[in-house]
Amino acid sequence: MSEVVKKFMYLNRKAPYGTIYAWESLEVVLIGAAFDQEVSLMFVDDGVYQLVKGQDTTGIGMKNFSPTYRTLGDYEVKTIYVDADSLAARGLTQDDLVAIAYEDMDTEEEIENIVEVVDAARVTELMDEADVVFSF
Amino acid sequence: MSILHTVNKTPFERNSLESCLKYASPGAAVLLIEDGVYAALVGSSAESLVKSGLGKVSVYVLGPDLKARGFREDRLIEGIQVVDYAGFVDLTTEHDKVQAWL
Amino acid sequence: MKFAIQINEGPYQHQASDTAYFFTKTALEKGHEVFRVFFYHDGVNNSTRLTTPPQDDRHVVNRWADLAEKYDLDMVVCVAAAQRRGIVDEGEAQRNGKDASNIHPRFRISGLGQLVEAAIQSDRLVVFGD
Repeated sequence: MSEVVKKFMYLNRKAPYGTIYAWESLEVVLIGAAFDQEVSLMFVDDGVYQLVKGQDTTGIGMKNFSPTYRTLGDYEVKTIYVDADSLAARGLTQDDLVAIAYEDMDTEEEIENIVEVVDAARVTELMDEADVVFSF
Repeated sequence: MSILHTVNKTPFERNSLESCLKYASPGAAVLLIEDGVYAALVGSSAESLVKSGLGKVSVYVLGPDLKARGFREDRLIEGIQVVDYAGFVDLTTEHDKVQAWL
Repeated sequence: MKFAIQINEGPYQHQASDTAYFFTKTALEKGHEVFRVFFYHDGVNNSTRLTTPPQDDRHVVNRWADLAEKYDLDMVVCVAAAQRRGIVDEGEAQRNGKDASNIHPRFRISGLGQLVEAAIQSDRLVVFGD
């Protein structure tokens, strides 16, 4: 849809459900897929809570949107980064997080889990590499 | 790629400034706006955080927001530069992109 | 330079819309181009024409509208966020069976694609939020 290809970073720093930012930022990612940009999602600080598995919202009467994260591979998202320090500070490990699969339609390469836990230096590097950063 | 980071909350309410300074690269700029300007004042428990940041990045504070909140430039941590909205716009063009820490 | 502006919060509750306004106005006065101002999350509430703020304080909605008129700004409100929060134009009112519309004519409701497009086409995306 566009000749220009930029490196997009969607920066997620807020927990889900307490505010709408987590869900509405995901909606941008889904719509943005049609624009064929180079997309990465970055989860830092409370944003890491968005990827925690086993979310059950029946008691709070809100839509459980967490299944959508697992479909991100279908929306041109190949890179999902989670900040290691943010996880550790919250007593979480990668085991607490969902696994998100990706399949390359052209090469048929399948990756079981594209969620990558990265250290602070790598977070900095990735932020520097992006052309555009969306914050919510 | 040099980034202009914006921080709009006090370091007492949010960890945005702390995170921003942690992940910012040397040579980046951090602009304190809205409630973020309080971090620029001497004597707060955030002063050492800001000073350590000053060793790595340039720190700016949006003058109109400082003034609105009753503070003058003589209470700023040394090394922090005051800019107005025109300066804010210039900073966004001088750096390669803008990253908001909300 | 070409700017895309994203505003995540509604009028008065947060300073985001105010800061965004002064940034945008200043950029335009300096001769820059503002490709689009995109209102998301509660930011869509900046587009209602029904506010009656106190006389001795700024009129956030009208201030945006006046700036848009002066510089022919494209001010876009996200349709999904608008539907959630009850910002309605005539078309939306008809489509969704509402008995009224409330959007200020200087704003238009459109999809999130407009934000993505703005980020692609502009030199700088500047986000104002909470």
